[in-house]
Amino acid sequence: MATAELTGLDMEELFPIQTVLKADGTLVGTEPDLSPDQLKDVYRWLVYLRTFDQRSLNLSRQGRMGTFAPFGGQEACQVGAVYWLQKGKDWIFPTYRDHGAMQVMGVPAKNVLRYFMGDERGSYAPEGVNVFPISIPIATQLVHAVGVAWAAKLKGDDAVTVGFVGDGGTSEGDFHEALNFASVFNTPTIIFVQNNRYAISTPNVKQFKSRTLAQRALAYDIPGVRVDGQDPLAVLMVMKEAVDRARSGGGPTLVEALTFRYGPHTTPDDPKKYRTQEELELWQGRDPLQRMKRYLMQKGIWTEAEDEQLYQWAKDQVNAAVAEAEAEPRPSLDDMFDFVYAAPTPELQRQKAYLKAYLEKKGRGGARTHA
Amino acid sequence: MTLIQAINDALKVAMRRDPNVLILGEDVGVNGGVFRATDGIYKEFGPERAIDTPLAESGFVGAAAGMAVYGLRPVVEIQFDGFLAPAHEHVVNHIARIRHRSRGRFSCPMVIRIPSWGGIKALEHHSESIEAWYANNPGLKMVAPSNPYDAKGLLLAAIEDPDPVLYFEPKRLYRAFRADVPEEHYTVPIGQAAIARDGRDLTILAYGVHVRTALEAAEEAAQERGWEAEVVDLRTLNPLDLDTIIGSVKKTGRVVVVTEAPRTGGFHSELIALINDHALEYLEAPVARVTGFDVPMPYLLNEDLFLPDAGRVMEAIESVRTY
Repeated sequence: MATAELTGLDMEELFPIQTVLKADGTLVGTEPDLSPDQLKDVYRWLVYLRTFDQRSLNLSRQGRMGTFAPFGGQEACQVGAVYWLQKGKDWIFPTYRDHGAMQVMGVPAKNVLRYFMGDERGSYAPEGVNVFPISIPIATQLVHAVGVAWAAKLKGDDAVTVGFVGDGGTSEGDFHEALNFASVFNTPTIIFVQNNRYAISTPNVKQFKSRTLAQRALAYDIPGVRVDGQDPLAVLMVMKEAVDRARSGGGPTLVEALTFRYGPHTTPDDPKKYRTQEELELWQGRDPLQRMKRYLMQKGIWTEAEDEQLYQWAKDQVNAAVAEAEAEPRPSLDDMFDFVYAAPTPELQRQKAYLKAYLEKKGRGGARTHA
Repeated sequence: MTLIQAINDALKVAMRRDPNVLILGEDVGVNGGVFRATDGIYKEFGPERAIDTPLAESGFVGAAAGMAVYGLRPVVEIQFDGFLAPAHEHVVNHIARIRHRSRGRFSCPMVIRIPSWGGIKALEHHSESIEAWYANNPGLKMVAPSNPYDAKGLLLAAIEDPDPVLYFEPKRLYRAFRADVPEEHYTVPIGQAAIARDGRDLTILAYGVHVRTALEAAEEAAQERGWEAEVVDLRTLNPLDLDTIIGSVKKTGRVVVVTEAPRTGGFHSELIALINDHALEYLEAPVARVTGFDVPMPYLLNEDLFLPDAGRVMEAIESVRTY
């Protein structure tokens, strides 16, 4: 309220929620410059990610993998935030809930699954896929996103970086430090906030008092924008502008996408303890997949039959990835000791030899070492 | 009650006795904590004494330091060991030094509850051994209960202590077993170790989660080799109960130290140095240490390879007994 009293400005008006599609799929904003094939490609990703996410949460609940962080409900953000990035040139810095965006960037589904199954090898992004490993410490990756963008700028490359963070993460010092550094050094960095309303159990109202998160851009004198995070085309539109600006030397942007996670924070969490069924249903009524499907159908470029085929395709894709991930042998003792340093220290070599001998003595060696 | 219930009970007992005691942290209020350690506290004491803070460890640990200076008795919850790192600045540069820097004018009597160590198959940064970060930092007391009775008594003692106390909780044991815990207020004095098992043939030093591992190995040693191991549960890491530790070492002359931290620079190293200082001439064998490895804590599939188990402790027992 203080902001309004001091400035006479209403922050919600100053940072209006950018929307292109209404929940019923009708167009309210300017149609983004996307071909029918691109629109279908976006929708294909949304459906695939929803399918992947639901299957993964089930695997976690069945004990077939460990603790899982679902993004269900946030698919438009996961796709839209990275859709315009140039593979092999631009970089993303994900949280544990951004494994959808990671896949759009080119990380194989199998790796994401192995990561949540508890295998270090799942953290690997193939060569040419510029995805930083998942950062669990909150908001820390944003400063890295600034650093990579800064380095690219210093080296004369026109690469762009996107750092992901949630609403809770905006309370961490690193969030503010990243914005300030990006601003001062005019780095090509987009800080993409998925405001899904809850930091585990803590609602926005207990997290920050400002009416928007986008307005924090004002303090750092950079562009800030608020977007309907359930509207795939709006996220695409906002990110197109931010990416183009960053690439052409215009510096950083803070994006606040208003969204909702349908599921728990992670598998052991029970969201019924802190939010209502009504709230969930309200957000499910704004579902990004439904919205996109209605839009495509109204546009006359999509049919129910194609939709059924798409869901079947997504299911097949995910089934294949799960089968591949589950067929992978357990990580070995080497996976535990490899990559601590460029070359193992003598002490590490001693420790590895000890553990190997111990496991062999206990009859557990065979399954745990590479041949 | 279980260990987590004992922690919950201690918090409620302390808050009923002293209106200055309050809890703060992420999800500790309405949600009752990610491990449910603070379950029911919001309901009983309200939002001013069970405070859901914004997501910022540096923020709520630093603010709690201010509260403590002003006369409140804050108990903060760090959700998982690895997440104390953002607040490290406040712990080492301020909380530990406020009494010293202000020449005794101010003090910082607060408790930092840290669910510690592995064994619950969690994601990265949720299973760390961080006690050595703070053992090398004067001004902090450090306790590490291994059972429900000590968990309650040590937490009450920590809350009442005039100095800041880091309270390391064995998250793997939260619901692992039950024990009798008195309903009323009591304390387990800070600075006193306990003999968890009597023995004459060797000493095992452990704390927190690995007292259980030590006891398991001690049983195995007794049954298979007829060696009676004395298990010393340190309970407090700073200030250490040297009398009990060194007394046991002098009695048995053979020592195994068990921790879960990486091998280099761990708290085990300090224990061995102290034995060297105070009881070298009583040793019949070099002290053996059972530890983690000098690698980041593995993801869940390899977690069991990293964690000390009774088998590895048994190997160490063999080594000190057959030296």
